[in-house]
Amino acid sequence: MDVKSEILGRYNAKVFKNRKDHILRVTGTEGGVPEIAANTRAMPGIMTNRGCCYAGCKGVVVGPIRDAVTITHGPIGCGFYTWGTRRNKARAGEDGKNFIQYCFSTDMQESDIVFGGDKKLRQAIKEAVEIFHPQTVFICSTCPVGLIGDDIHAVAAEAEKLYGITCTAFSCEGYKGVSQSGGHHIANNGLMKRLIGSNDTPPETKYSVNLLGEYNIGGDGWEVERILRRIGYDVVSVFTGDGSVERISRSHMVNLNLVQCHRSINYVAEMMKTVYGVDWLKVNFIGLDAVCDSLRNIAEFFGDEDLKRRTEEVVAEEMAGIAEDMAFFKNKLEGRTAALFVGGSRSHHYQALLKNLGVSTVLAGYEFAHRDDYEGRDIIPEIKEDADSKNIEQLEVERDPKRYRAFLSPERYEELKASIGLENYRGMIRDMPDGSYVVDDLNHFETEQFSKLLRPDIFFSGIKDKYVLQKGGTLSRQLHSYDYSGPYAGFKGAVVFGRDLVMGLYAPAWNMVTPPWKKERPEKDSEKEGSSHA
Amino acid sequence: MRQVAIYGKGGIGKSTTTQNLNAGLAAMGKNIMIVGCDPKADSTRLILGGLAQTSVLDTLREEGEDIDLDLVLKMGYGGIRCVESGGPEPGVGCAGRGIITSISLLERLGAYTDDLDYVFYDVLGDVVCGGFAMPIREGKAREIYIVCSGEMMALYAANNISKGIRKYANTGGVRLGGLICNSRNVDGEADLVSAVAKELGTQMIHFVPRDNMVQRAEINKKTVIEYDPDCSQAGEYRALAQKIDGNDMFVIPKPLTQERLEALLMEHGILDA
Repeated sequence: MDVKSEILGRYNAKVFKNRKDHILRVTGTEGGVPEIAANTRAMPGIMTNRGCCYAGCKGVVVGPIRDAVTITHGPIGCGFYTWGTRRNKARAGEDGKNFIQYCFSTDMQESDIVFGGDKKLRQAIKEAVEIFHPQTVFICSTCPVGLIGDDIHAVAAEAEKLYGITCTAFSCEGYKGVSQSGGHHIANNGLMKRLIGSNDTPPETKYSVNLLGEYNIGGDGWEVERILRRIGYDVVSVFTGDGSVERISRSHMVNLNLVQCHRSINYVAEMMKTVYGVDWLKVNFIGLDAVCDSLRNIAEFFGDEDLKRRTEEVVAEEMAGIAEDMAFFKNKLEGRTAALFVGGSRSHHYQALLKNLGVSTVLAGYEFAHRDDYEGRDIIPEIKEDADSKNIEQLEVERDPKRYRAFLSPERYEELKASIGLENYRGMIRDMPDGSYVVDDLNHFETEQFSKLLRPDIFFSGIKDKYVLQKGGTLSRQLHSYDYSGPYAGFKGAVVFGRDLVMGLYAPAWNMVTPPWKKERPEKDSEKEGSSHA
Repeated sequence: MRQVAIYGKGGIGKSTTTQNLNAGLAAMGKNIMIVGCDPKADSTRLILGGLAQTSVLDTLREEGEDIDLDLVLKMGYGGIRCVESGGPEPGVGCAGRGIITSISLLERLGAYTDDLDYVFYDVLGDVVCGGFAMPIREGKAREIYIVCSGEMMALYAANNISKGIRKYANTGGVRLGGLICNSRNVDGEADLVSAVAKELGTQMIHFVPRDNMVQRAEINKKTVIEYDPDCSQAGEYRALAQKIDGNDMFVIPKPLTQERLEALLMEHGILDA
């Protein structure tokens, strides 16, 4: 019996029917990529790892913007548990503004629910403006605010007039949609409506780019920016790691958008293309070959010979600088296997870096991705809308006749579409080895089962299952927050990643503790061979 | 202690009927508390002779949870104890949550004393959300009377409220005690309301005729029994009080389908010219 059947066999008929379409085994993608069910509701009773709409909007996209005060309108827990947990780093710019160490919340109480929370929200904005003098205030709404119907957008409009600031409200109540994915979309819409395009200052060079879907976790964004600047690019804005409102406001002036996390930010990429004509390119700055390919593709887009030469120089220098370390770590890791379960992109990106270290992938899955993140964007027309996806606002934008600029000629655009995959994402499955498993919305039961049956040496996941895995004897690293480490991106990050894995796997801790279930394990194994599951 | 909740379509006369009925019960020597469950806080105006009440939720907001019961509980006509839950202004916040908060607070403050014969909950309009069902949840009010008239929408609301009662009948143990017809002088009114009551499995416990005396007493901020104890309308309210005090018919209602309700209206609601 294969692993998929063995796990599904433990479910009742209803759960079986639902989960069977979320799990598949990769058996060559020559004849097309198999279909996987994604972005649908998790079944009640299943211990899913997913987050909520508010987490996607505040926690992921809006929160990292360093010079905006983001106020969570709701009871204190929502604000508290999105405070610093993503480890997206930021430095105060020349303006000295960096608010991301803070947690701003209206701390709603019972009487605010009964009498409405708008008064408290007004007061919170007033206090924030008086104490911190931000130019921008974001309001993120939580479940109870949606239930009692506080008009946060009216409060935001009022605050703009009163304090001469930009104040934008996001109706990202946690219950909306099926996962945090809806929150990303709502945040994208808000940024597009209110910030992008509000400042027409041109970039320093024509080699101007934005880095989309890079949240600077553990300093990833800084490493990527370092490399891009070394080659000669002007990185106008990063969405949204160490992001600033001023940089986002003029981000539409660039000539190319680089998309790192496709799931959380592709809406902005597409809308900027429609309105301002900015082309976008899917990149991956995790993994050495992936970084090099991405840099070469970017240079190819601009088509400048000097830029291409400079790219090769930087690549050669950077690679030489880390070659010794990488060889050492690869030597230590060669032949190991990994499982990856992260949000909507990292499970794909990290397979490239693991490959560089000689580690092969046996399982990968996304928490909240849509089918295109698995199967590639060409299947988008096939995705059926359901009640949950219709619930999230789809922003209708149109070309800005004054500011629309096409960098490429139509012929060159078509050429690049074919050669460097401009404005395309081929999805994760195509890059996965034969015999590996793809699992959407992996749950705790399946995590334990896959861990037992596939025996990966490392299980990359998050805080929700990390300790379950480690207590079962499998090394687990958090790919959401990088535990206390990072950066893992770019050239220098690859070394940090390799070092962390070697430290984890070779830690003497694994031999010092023998938990009871480890002692029982051999018996269980023999038992399993002798009898089948009821 | 009998805990009674009064429901019915908005504007049908729940507060007026409840207060007049309570004046009748008080005249019989009963100890009563009225808990107004309407954000407008106008459920005890006739008993107290005006809107003199500080609501529970306003007090909670201004003073915090450490409230003295005397601050929110006022004594009115016939020794009736009056409490108004209160709530947010129209269009903001959550009035339903307010009722839940308010009733829980009254319990903690010890408003439900053993000497009470009756606690009446006067609840606004339709049971629009969970909060407005609070008085019939968790075994608080165990009997319900629905105020209605022979008008279509009043009966439609009564039927809808019956669905709510049926839902909580199994968990909270609440029962329907009857329909109180507050007459609007429409065709065949008593027959129609009786017929609907019968189909619901209950009774029309009393038919309160329309009388301008009610309006006069209201303008004077009094119940009819206080304003003019000898008038015939005062007698009607005393009769209603007697019937409720002696009522022993408590049922789980069987709500009608829309088609059946409309058929009953056709049957009884149009008098041949």
